[in-house]
Amino acid sequence: MAVTTSEFPAPSILERLRAPKIMISLVVVMWFPLMIHVMADKALGSFQDFVLLPAIPATIILYLVCISMWKESWIAVLGASLVFFWLFVAVSAPFLPLIDPNTPIAPFASPFSEKKDVFFILGSDYKGRDMLSRTLWGCQRVIVWGVTATFAAYVVGTLFGLIAGYLSGWWDEFISFFGNVLLSFPVMVLFVVILNYLGPSGFNIIIAVTFASAPAIMRIVRGLALDIKTRDYVYAAQTRGESALWIMVIELLPNVRGPIIVDACLRLGYTTVAITTLTFLGLGLQPPDPDWGLMIKESAKTAMLFKFSYMLLIPALSVSTLILGFNLMADGLREMSLRD
Amino acid sequence: MIKLIGRRLVQMVLIMLTASIILFLIFDTDDFKKRIALAELGNFGLSSMADEDYQAWLAKKGLDIPFHQRFLKWGGDVVTGDLGFSFEKDTEVGPLLLGRLKNTGILAFFVFALMIPLSLTLGVLGGMREGALLDRSLTFISVFTTSIPEIATAIILTVFLALGLGWFPPKSAMINGFEFRQIVLPVLTLVIYDFGYVARMTRASMAEVMTSQYIRTAVLKGLPYRRVIMKHALRNALIAPFTVIVLQLNWILSGVVVVEVFFEYKGFGKLLLEAALFGDIYVVQACTLVAVVVAVLSQIISDIGYTFLNPRIRFA
Repeated sequence: MAVTTSEFPAPSILERLRAPKIMISLVVVMWFPLMIHVMADKALGSFQDFVLLPAIPATIILYLVCISMWKESWIAVLGASLVFFWLFVAVSAPFLPLIDPNTPIAPFASPFSEKKDVFFILGSDYKGRDMLSRTLWGCQRVIVWGVTATFAAYVVGTLFGLIAGYLSGWWDEFISFFGNVLLSFPVMVLFVVILNYLGPSGFNIIIAVTFASAPAIMRIVRGLALDIKTRDYVYAAQTRGESALWIMVIELLPNVRGPIIVDACLRLGYTTVAITTLTFLGLGLQPPDPDWGLMIKESAKTAMLFKFSYMLLIPALSVSTLILGFNLMADGLREMSLRD
Repeated sequence: MIKLIGRRLVQMVLIMLTASIILFLIFDTDDFKKRIALAELGNFGLSSMADEDYQAWLAKKGLDIPFHQRFLKWGGDVVTGDLGFSFEKDTEVGPLLLGRLKNTGILAFFVFALMIPLSLTLGVLGGMREGALLDRSLTFISVFTTSIPEIATAIILTVFLALGLGWFPPKSAMINGFEFRQIVLPVLTLVIYDFGYVARMTRASMAEVMTSQYIRTAVLKGLPYRRVIMKHALRNALIAPFTVIVLQLNWILSGVVVVEVFFEYKGFGKLLLEAALFGDIYVVQACTLVAVVVAVLSQIISDIGYTFLNPRIRFA
């Protein structure tokens, strides 16, 4: 980029917000209300209506910061726009003028039609519930469980990867063998057996995804840790007499972050697919609350006519755009990291 | 090489052993036994049953024997080729599994027959001139198609090709024997999902080869461009895609449960899912063993193929 003025221009507000601490706190402000809203909706009571309020501005600011950060790669911008669109829908769903997603009104109303004095923009499903409101509410559950599950897998995978890579020896042998056993299970067997054993629910999906993804993450982190632990700053820390835990978390972890972030974007996509698929197979989140996999599952039997195919197409296209967003973001980030 | 293969096979047996012990432990719980009983006797039948009758039912099914004895007996049977009995389907597991594997094999054959030429051609063409319009559009299309999950592709294809245009039947249950028209949609779904990945691998490998010194030498020597590509570049560029394609075998065996369930195609994945949901332990065990064997074998094949195809590695 050509520098047009000789003086440095004062950084704009968006550039100031790029500081890691501010970004992290914005993510926290956006994420925790969302997580509480989905996971503990019964316990909140009347408080439920307000808990998401601070998340809306946080989401918008985060989106603007991301766009200004990644403006050199239009692929990343496009991906971020798709992801943040769904994030925005997720945090603002309670405030949008939507019909309750679980009340049956008029079954089999086609898109853009009026039935029983209610105008259905996207039609209604076989029970007469509004498709638009189910789709928008559904994204909340998919995003929250998907991201939480991926995050849990990352915490476990990174921890074991750092231990295996940094401590080596018996730790490494043991963790690697255990990881290999898990990796050689077909992923679907792993999912089906774990969810079947523990019972289908959101928290058990997190456990299943952790078991399925953590070994692969562990391998990546282990390889990176093996490479980094011979650097001078690690020796310096060892000479200072820092504990192994300190070295792993403070010295190694920040330096393996680059490749992990790209992998995380891809894996978010996989996890979203997995959750939708599992729900479709009847192993995931349970009815009646809306969620895309469930919408497909419920309509797969009844909507086998072209006239009613919107019931299947709408959730299928929604989940595709979300995953496309994650993958484009990963692609753009990788492109930018190669350029540097 | 032999030593490497031997080590892999020993590892495979170890993994199979660990996996089957874990599965047996899980399916041996009372919860799963109850589930089989519930499916066979019905809700009323089970709840009206006295405790002694339930124990007698368990004994009749051979489910009351302690865990280690059942496991040892099962292990011995497997070694002699007897895979056990399916509670749900009420048949021997062996023939059932073979039939399902055959169906998945047919599916895999058509997927590979379509995907390999398509993805290799596109990948090679894209990698030949990196950054050209064809290359960029290929990259974009492949990101796009691999992003759409199998279930969404299946839905879109069904809605437009089966329900809208009526070219193909929407379900592939094959009730009246094998019918080619019914297999088209599952095959297309899998090819659309998978070709982008293989094409990108081929593209990356081809692009790397094209920047190497010996290709530059060949071009500067004045060889026809066609000859440079066909004789010099392709041989090295196709090594990486080969290994990737062999590893897709594993994916097609157990990663395509959704497609088989959605199209009601009676393949291996559907059998596995149904058995796991039912608590049909011997079927799950047999399927897992097959899946582990295929996973390890495809890894071994891709390793061997890699060393054979690579002209830089020679065996003494």
